[in-house]
Amino acid sequence: MQFMLLFSRQGKLRLQKWYVPLSDKEKKKITRELVQTVLARKPKMCSFLEWRDMKIVYKRYASLYFCCAIENQDNELITLEIIHRYVELLDKYFGSVCELDIIFNFEKAYFILDEFLLGGEAQETSKKNVLKAIEQADLLQENIDFQMRLFAAPS
Amino acid sequence: MSDVVEKTLTALPSLLSLDSQPGSTKLSSTSKLGTLIRGITELTSKHEEEKLIQRELVSIKEQVSSPNTSMRQMKELMVRAIYCEMLGYEASFSYIHAIKLAQQGTALEKRVGYLAVSLFLNESHELLLLLVNTVLKDLQSTNLIEVCMALTVVSQMFPKDMIPAILPLVEEKLNHPKEIIRRKAVLALYKFYLIAPNQVQHIHNKFRKALCDKDPGVMTASLHIYLQMIEENPEGYKDLAASFVTILKQVVGGKLPMDFNYHSVPAPWLQIQLLRILSLLGKNDPSTSEIMYEVLDESLRRAEINHNITYAILYECVKCIYTIDPKSDLLEKAAKCIGNFVLSPKINLKYLGLKALTYVVQQDPKLALQHQMTIIECLDHPDLIIKRETLEILFRITNAQNVTVIVDKMLEFLRINKDDYTTIDLVGKVAELAEKYAPDNEWFIETMSTVFSVGGDLMQPDIPNSFLKLLSEGFDSVEEDRKLRLFAVDSYVSLLQGEPGKLPQRFLQVISWVLGEYSFLREELEAATVLRLLAKLLDMKNTSSETKSWVLMAMTKLCERGAGVSVAQEVSETYSSSLDTVLRQRAQELQHLSRHSELRARVLPRDAGLEPLEVDSSLSFLDGFVSEALAAGAAPYKPPHQRQEELAQAKALSLEPYGLSLPISMSSCSIADRQSPTLLSISSGLSGESPDLSHKGGSSTLKLDGVKRLWGREGYLAQREPVEESARVEVPSPLRSPSQQGEADSSHSQTPIPTPEPEQEKQQLASSLFVGLSSQSSVCLMGKSEPTPQRFRRKAKSPGSSSSASEKTSNSLVSTPSTVDNLMCNNLLDSNITSELVVSSLEQTSQLSQGLAAANGTCDAELTDSDVKGSSPSLCGDNAVAAADPAPHEDPCKDLLLTSHLPAELSGLSHSEITPLCSNQSLDLSASHVQKEDSLVLVVFIYNSSDSDIQQILLELDSEEIEVSCVCDSAVQEASSHSVAVCQYSLTVKTPSVHVEVVGTVSYQFPAGTPQSLQFSYKLPLTCFIRPLTVSTEEYGTMWLDFSHDTKQNLTLISDGQEPLAATLNVLKKKLQLHVVEIIGMEGIVACRLLQDQPCLMHCRLNAGTLAVWLRSPVPALPDCLMYHCQRALQEH
Repeated sequence: MQFMLLFSRQGKLRLQKWYVPLSDKEKKKITRELVQTVLARKPKMCSFLEWRDMKIVYKRYASLYFCCAIENQDNELITLEIIHRYVELLDKYFGSVCELDIIFNFEKAYFILDEFLLGGEAQETSKKNVLKAIEQADLLQENIDFQMRLFAAPS
Repeated sequence: MSDVVEKTLTALPSLLSLDSQPGSTKLSSTSKLGTLIRGITELTSKHEEEKLIQRELVSIKEQVSSPNTSMRQMKELMVRAIYCEMLGYEASFSYIHAIKLAQQGTALEKRVGYLAVSLFLNESHELLLLLVNTVLKDLQSTNLIEVCMALTVVSQMFPKDMIPAILPLVEEKLNHPKEIIRRKAVLALYKFYLIAPNQVQHIHNKFRKALCDKDPGVMTASLHIYLQMIEENPEGYKDLAASFVTILKQVVGGKLPMDFNYHSVPAPWLQIQLLRILSLLGKNDPSTSEIMYEVLDESLRRAEINHNITYAILYECVKCIYTIDPKSDLLEKAAKCIGNFVLSPKINLKYLGLKALTYVVQQDPKLALQHQMTIIECLDHPDLIIKRETLEILFRITNAQNVTVIVDKMLEFLRINKDDYTTIDLVGKVAELAEKYAPDNEWFIETMSTVFSVGGDLMQPDIPNSFLKLLSEGFDSVEEDRKLRLFAVDSYVSLLQGEPGKLPQRFLQVISWVLGEYSFLREELEAATVLRLLAKLLDMKNTSSETKSWVLMAMTKLCERGAGVSVAQEVSETYSSSLDTVLRQRAQELQHLSRHSELRARVLPRDAGLEPLEVDSSLSFLDGFVSEALAAGAAPYKPPHQRQEELAQAKALSLEPYGLSLPISMSSCSIADRQSPTLLSISSGLSGESPDLSHKGGSSTLKLDGVKRLWGREGYLAQREPVEESARVEVPSPLRSPSQQGEADSSHSQTPIPTPEPEQEKQQLASSLFVGLSSQSSVCLMGKSEPTPQRFRRKAKSPGSSSSASEKTSNSLVSTPSTVDNLMCNNLLDSNITSELVVSSLEQTSQLSQGLAAANGTCDAELTDSDVKGSSPSLCGDNAVAAADPAPHEDPCKDLLLTSHLPAELSGLSHSEITPLCSNQSLDLSASHVQKEDSLVLVVFIYNSSDSDIQQILLELDSEEIEVSCVCDSAVQEASSHSVAVCQYSLTVKTPSVHVEVVGTVSYQFPAGTPQSLQFSYKLPLTCFIRPLTVSTEEYGTMWLDFSHDTKQNLTLISDGQEPLAATLNVLKKKLQLHVVEIIGMEGIVACRLLQDQPCLMHCRLNAGTLAVWLRSPVPALPDCLMYHCQRALQEH
């Protein structure tokens, strides 16, 4: 996978993960043009797109578009399922996820993505294992938060 | 303190809202980030947003650089910075702080720090180096989460050069008890493998361990590495095929934990990965494919649930079945599968079905036939992606019979398509099909016209390039050529009469070239009419200056007589003052050539597109100019190495007064014919312009085709042209006549096609599309390698013309590099060098050595041939100076001893002094070189001075400038105690240089001892490789013109009593083995060759007490090197 983009129906970028080294300028150009192209497509159209020299796989969930660029020999359908699995993970983590969850907690969305896809490849396909890893890290956070509260209380 | 209180207070709401649920941080919308986000959503204009973000960035910048900011606050700031960057605003000031956060924060802050780093930087960013220590520390941490974070960031980006620093730690993690750590370590190694494969070469066996890991996650991760490695080298992993098959069997059989199921399909990602690996391993390998059939069958059978994920697996299965060695029942099942895809109402599946069809259609064209109605429907699909993929199938099933329909469909798509990438791709395909299967001239020209107008300036430059090449080179029939060209002319004239303003620049260039070259074919067409049409192009606003110069070139070819001349004059007037130098140049040419019709006819002969071109890269047409300048007192040109040498000499006190720069009034005509002064201005201008052309970027390749004729010597050797032409006999080959073709068409279109009953129209389309795909014609018609009756079969003499575009750029005005080479060879052969190479002085020797070889060493007195003797002392002398190793003085008896070891066949020839190379307590190496007529032999003597025998002595020689080949039977020698082993090497020069050096290593081993080696080097002057070259004066004249590299210099004359020119040449002849061809008064011509057959010619002339020497050769550095040796030889005399 070359990159993954999440953007809203209004074309606002919500998440971007690049697995190939590109300059900021190129990234911006690709994002701008791709968002336009995908938004212009009609709902019943194919989820796959040959765009520039890339193969794009996208899917819309509510108001949010999930969009991946893959290599030509990659399997389009499985990429579609990668997107779906990611949505499932977000859903499980946030508890019926909505766009706002991702906007306000985008760093969490990144953590989950990193636990699921690493360097552009599916790292862990077991849903349980991904969530376990995230929860462990979060647990650490809560412990610290708890300590902070204890510390903050006397003052 | 109050600060802390305040912070606590602001943090309180979010802290309080925390409960134990993981998703609880939802309410952090009250945080600063939340405020920012809400602030942005309330804004209405982009401008306001920009202002707000800039303000935000300023405040973030202020806070991150403040020393009072805690890491906890820093974490929050980083999140905001990431957000700003996502919105497209640069926050590069925060990058360094992100690294600091990853370095200094607690586990959590670290997590955000690492995240920020991975989002901000890419793997080539220099700041990443600062992360290396942090990663190193975290990899050693006892906190698992920290280790995970470090591995996560490493698998995304890491500076390539620093991999060795952390590699051992990552490797160690492969044995970690926690599977998550092992898995991440494997992925980190995968990343390393991708960016620096050689760094992880030594741990390939550890990958195998990962493949056998008890945790399926770790095993899956290792497959990424294997897929990559097998892709690069499938042969190396055949032994694993059985293991992969076993794993796949287990997965398909549901042996993995339920956790890995996805919508009740067991580990689909793993399955797909394995299928891809298997298809790589089974490709072209029947025995490996054999073990896969069962599991593939099983996979096909198991995948029955109607869900995307099953289709994903099926699709991969089908691809695998068609990639590996075929098995009929599997193919049948796969074909059925593809059918299900193609017929599916789901558009995604339909697309994949078409894609699979594209993949297999060349092997199995019947499948396309089966689904023809679906294909026809997809051709009119509203989604362009589907349409595009359908065209891809059609492209692959195109043959001579359906080409018109398919190309029509493709052009139709091109007209509505907006995406540049698709246009470029499709235009190339149409051009390919048109050239391959064109049914007739009209169609071909018209199709190409559409290609040019639709493809416009986007298309690959090799399309117009190869089109023009095709036109100019012609095919097998002269009459066909004429018709095609004529039709092109007619069609372009009518295009220009229409609205040429709408045509793309590339197309206009093609049109101009064709009209310039071939409009004379249409006799009733006045040149003046064409000229006026072309002139109209010049006046158009949007015509680029590149196109204009094409137009001007075309006009130059056309301005023949009458009205045309006045148009040409007018135009050239306008552009001769253009600011664009190329245009001005063209205008000048036009102006001059339109005035002198005779000259024009000679420079631009009609319909001579096929003439081989020559480039006079030695700029010999400037000779007149140079000699004039020299006569006027200009300093002669000196090559760089000579200048340097002189500079070095100048550092020592020069006792001679400033040498007069010599007025050389060398009239080149005395040697051979040269350019006439009339042409001089044009030709010099042209050659001066060539670099200009190549600077023009991509389009320059195109241009070269336009510059068809060189103002070269061809004009002078006019009487030769017919001869060359007759050599190229046109062989008319039986092309299919249109009527025959029509018959074939109709017979094919009648092939019964099994279809239900769709509308008439579609059926018609189907029959025209799938003609030639009937069952019996199947593969052979599809196969691209199959020699279908190709209309435009290129002549054999110019293979791969389209790909040579880049080559052409470098050659500037040359049509193809090979032409020049061939020509050169021809000339060389003409002058019979090969047959007469033997120089008189060496003739005897050669006979002798032949005799010796036969009689095996019965040498006699004849050996002391005076000429050889004469040359030998100088040889040795030269050598002694040249040998690099400071030779400890030779023991004369040892020398003698070694001489006796010279191989018998060499002992008759003069050899250089035997020079010691190297020695140690056991071995003593010396060498000598022997000049044979056609080679130089290096003899290496290995003297075993120890008391025990040495069995294996391996001698290896190498050189940058020389090609070394061993003459002896084997490279391995043996030498018994106190005896000599001899090795012979034949040397030839690859790249000339003043001295050439051979470096060598001798390695040996005593029966009981460690291997030892000695190194040495041996230096030879280039003169050892020079042999005389016997040519006649006429031959010399023709050769002289063909050689492109030259150098000129004044040398000291030798005047010991007799005639100085003869005396000097005599010295050169003796010392350097040159052949004096002729001495004519004050001038002499001399020839020699560098082994094997690289000629070098010398022309010298007496001039005011010095010898003006001019060397020429086809080999780049040879003249300069030889000049150096001539200089030395004369100095030493």
